[in-house]
Order: sequence, then structure tokens, then C-alpha cells
Amino acid sequence: MFAEGGHIDTAILILVQVLYAVGSLFLIAVGLAIVFGMMGVINFAHGEFLMIGGFAFVLAVKAGVNFWVAMFVVAPLVVALIGVVVERLIIRHLYGRIVDTVLATWGLSLLFIGIASETLGYFQEGVAPPFGSVRIGAYQEGAYTFFVIGVALALLAALYVLLRYTPFGLIARGTMQNAAMAAALGTNVRAVYSITFGIGAAVSGLAGAVLAPIAGVLPVIGVTYIAKAFITVIVGGASPLAGTALASSLLGTINQAATFASTAVLGEVALLGAAIVLLRFLPAGITGRFLRGSV
Amino acid sequence: MRELRSKSFIAAAVAGPALIVALPQIVEVYTIFNLSVYAILATLALSLGLVWGMGGILSFGQSAFFGLGGYAYAIAAINFAGSTPGLLAAVALPVVAAAVIGYFAFFGRISDVYFAVISLTVSLILYNLINSTSGAAYRIGDAPLGGYNGIPSVPPLNLPFAAAPLDFAGTFYAAALLLLVVYLGLRLLVNTRFGRVVVSVRENELRAELLGYDVRLYKLGVFCLGAAIAGLAGAFYAAWGSFIGPGVFSIGFAAQIIVWVLLGGLGTLIGPVLGCFIVQSLTAWLGEAEASNPSIVLGVLFLAAVMLVPKGLVPSLREWGRRLLGAGRAVPRERAP
Repeated sequence: MFAEGGHIDTAILILVQVLYAVGSLFLIAVGLAIVFGMMGVINFAHGEFLMIGGFAFVLAVKAGVNFWVAMFVVAPLVVALIGVVVERLIIRHLYGRIVDTVLATWGLSLLFIGIASETLGYFQEGVAPPFGSVRIGAYQEGAYTFFVIGVALALLAALYVLLRYTPFGLIARGTMQNAAMAAALGTNVRAVYSITFGIGAAVSGLAGAVLAPIAGVLPVIGVTYIAKAFITVIVGGASPLAGTALASSLLGTINQAATFASTAVLGEVALLGAAIVLLRFLPAGITGRFLRGSV
Repeated sequence: MRELRSKSFIAAAVAGPALIVALPQIVEVYTIFNLSVYAILATLALSLGLVWGMGGILSFGQSAFFGLGGYAYAIAAINFAGSTPGLLAAVALPVVAAAVIGYFAFFGRISDVYFAVISLTVSLILYNLINSTSGAAYRIGDAPLGGYNGIPSVPPLNLPFAAAPLDFAGTFYAAALLLLVVYLGLRLLVNTRFGRVVVSVRENELRAELLGYDVRLYKLGVFCLGAAIAGLAGAFYAAWGSFIGPGVFSIGFAAQIIVWVLLGGLGTLIGPVLGCFIVQSLTAWLGEAEASNPSIVLGVLFLAAVMLVPKGLVPSLREWGRRLLGAGRAVPRERAP
């Protein structure tokens, strides 16, 4: 892999790939983290939200929609719409019954996979990543890699601003801390949950679209995301943004380091194994111990 | 023991063997072949019925132990003559795996939903790992791991000290007997001191702990027992189809087990068995009719079970029956699962 080239080139390349692993892990997990952190809902259909986002993006591009509009408008909107409908029809009836929510959304996930493989099929042509490649000394790296890292950073910043500095963020955080008190003060808690779930779904749709040119789209692709997303959110702990950012930095680095040392499959095994060991010592996740009360 | 004298226990202990002996005489070989795998899968359902329904542990990756059992049996049975070493390995490997996972989870006091995700993750790790073992380099003794193609020509079961492998009827007897023994054994177990503590941990973990029981050890114990049963079922499964592949570690297979238990009824032992038979015959029937995608069927069943019969069929039927019989009298409330 590192045929010729100097040590510095190699180091930069490794750094870029570690950042990419961290960024993509953050993108995969953050929609789930918002829904779980703000609402205490574990959405097992999260992987399928990413899948639908990817399909919406690819189909829109094939239909002639502008690449960026498809990625930043169509995919998030489609998935947000589906998310709001799901919240109305299923999640809303199960608030407070966390295990039942897991089970119902798992059923939903199977249903989405089934519908997608019946209607969209397994032979979906992908969309090639734009931008070409960048030279790092003796190596070539796809410029799209940098774009994914940039999107992850921008999304982190945007969500931080949304939750920390906007009136909606204030209400959402208040509802997260004490839903009964928020309701007593006149907040429409149901509407807040509905919007929060929609935002989580929109972010998942965007993430699915951003990753689609690299990962491709398949009806069953959600399964490859779901384990990583859950482990990242659990290791992150109670704070949706700080937790996900820290956990994806840690786990993404471990994943990429193990991938360099062995194979991509063992890299994923290392990620999941490290997470299980970590939870032995931090059962409430990283932000259950450190940075408590952050967003 | 009082359970030995209960009517339903005696009924099951008498009717079960009679049914097992009679069935191969009255139905076709093809049906026997299918019933064998239903019995094996129902044993797997019972293992989750024990761990989740009785112990309150959300083991969503019960398929991991089933698969480990299947692979352990296949590898041992290919390398050694006879199925006895295979069956021993099929119990030992899942128990060791469960002990390691259980140690990290229960002694780290990971909350129940987190545990659900972690146990499922373990199954998915194994799925990825096994899928990446194609090629001649990955073999244990004479057994190739085979990657996504799985291990073909797994040796069938045979009785200890008898070389001849079991035929279709023999495999059915073995599988049905396994199910019956596990079912009756678990009914007895639930009524022992150990079983009562396990159920009390499910009902109120803090109270059990304050009464002086080491909750972590009881959870670990019931989790390992469930893994042993699942592993044994996995071995029978590999021997039944003379094949084991990574599909048993997939998320779809894991979901199936949950649906059986959930639909049949949490907190009962007959529920998971019935749930398994109902769901499996339904999917088989729909598959023959080529009516629709199995994923859609399973997804709809899953949603329907959670939204419409959250307690499961057996507890709901019991409650309706009690209401019909005792119309006018006060109905005792069903305990929450």
C-alpha cells in the first residue's frame, strides 16, 4: 500500500484517512444520536433512513436534478418527511416504552428493506464521486474524501449552533431535560418531539446521500451502518453532539489504525470490540463521565 | 417439587412423547423433515424465552450463540468421528463466549437497552468475520470455514457408540426430544430457587440486590445457560441441513428469533415455542405461494406484535380465557412481563 514515497507523505495520508473514518462515523451516527439523546428513542430503522437518503439522492441525480440540490435538499427532505410520518404513526404511541420502540422500529427496518428490494432492486447504478483526486506526495487521494470530512465538520457546527443558540434549541434542550416541566410551561412537547425526530431523520438522509457516492446504494446497506452507528452513540453517552463527536473520533481512529495493521473487516471488529471493553468501564458512555451536561 | 404435580406439566410430559412417537407414522417424510427444523428453531426460541422472558435480559444476538454452536459442531464433527465431540463443542464454545460478553456487560452494569445493542453487535461482528474467511487459507483441521459459502456436508447426528447416522425419522426424534427435554427442564428450572431468583431479578433488580442476591452472577448464569441451549440447537440445525453458513449471524435471523418470542408471549415458555411454529409455518406457506418478500412479512409481523398484541399471544389468550370463564368474577390481573 505504501510503495514508495517519503514518511511525511505516508503520515499525511494516514492522517487524512483517519479523519475520513472519524468524519464518516460521525455522519452515520449523528442522526441517531439526536433522536436518542433528545427523545430517548432508539430508532432501529436508522440504517434504513440512511439507505433511503442514499436512494433519494441517486434517483434524483439520475432524474436530472443538480448533484448538490439532490444531496443537500432532496435527500434530507425525503427522509425528514418519512421520519415525521413514522413518528406520527408508530413512535408517538410508544413513548416511555423504550424496548417496544426498539422492537417496532426493528420491524419497520425490515419492512423498509423489503419494500426497497421489491421496488428499487439490487442493481442500482451508483453516482461517481465528483472532484477527481488530490496528490499527496507520491499518493493519490480522492478529493471527495476531504469533502466528506468537511461536511461532517460543518454539520457538527450547524447542529451545535441550532441546539445552543436558537430558541428552538433552547426549547428542545429544556424538553430533553424535563419534558413534564416543559409541558407545564406551555411547550407543545409533542410538536418538539415531532420536529426533533424530523431533524434527526433529515440529518440521516443527508448522511446517506453524502456517503452514497463512496459506499453505493443497496436495499440492505443500512445493516452495514447500523452496528457502527449504535455503538458510537452508546459509547458517546447522553450528550448527542459532544458524545458522538468524541466517540467517533476515538472509534474511528481505532478502526482505521486496525485497518492499516490488518484488513478492513478486522478494523470493524476492533471498533466494536474496543467499544464493548470501553463500556465495561464507562457504562454510561464518555459523556456520562466527562463533559456532563454538554449538548 | 410442586411443578412436577401441576396438570399442564404432566400433560406435556405425557402428550409430548406420544406425539413424537406417533407423528412419523401418520405424516409424510417431507413434513417430518420440516417439523424437525421447526423443533430445532423452537429450542432456540426457548433459549431466548429463558434469557429474555424469564431473566429480563434483552439478548438480541441470541443468534450468535446458535451460529457459534452450529460452526463448532460442524468443525468438530468434520475433524473427529461421530457427533458427540461436536455436540460438546457446540455447548462449550457458546458458553465461553456468553461468559466473556456477560462479564463485560453485567459486571459493567450496562443498561438493558444498551445490552440489546451490544449483543446484536456481537452477532454482526461474527457475520463480518465469517464472511471474510473464504479461501483455502481459512480452515480448522479438515474443516474449511468457507466464508459466505458456509460449510457444506456437515456430518449428520448419530447416537453415541453407534456409527450409523440418524435417518429423517431419527433426526426428527432427536430434535423433538431435544425440544421436549429443554421445555420440561426449563419449566422445572424456573421453579427452583435459582429460577425464582432469576425471575425476581427481572421483576425488580434493585430489590433482589438489596435482599442479598448477587444479581450479576444470576444474570451471568441464566445468560450462559441460554447460550448453551442456543448452541445445542445450532448444532442440531447444522446436522439437520448438513450445512451451516454465516446467514445465521445476520440481522434478519436475529430479528426472527425476537419475533417468535414476542409474538408467542414474553414470560411464558410455551409462548416462544408456539410463536416459532406459527411464524415459521406462515413464512414457509407465504414463501411457497411466492406471495411476497420475507422481509416484508417479518416486518409486518414484528410491527403487529408490538402494536397490537404487546403481551404476546399466549398471555393474551390466557387473559381472554379467564375473562370468558370468570365472567362476573373479579379477574386477576396479568403480571407485566
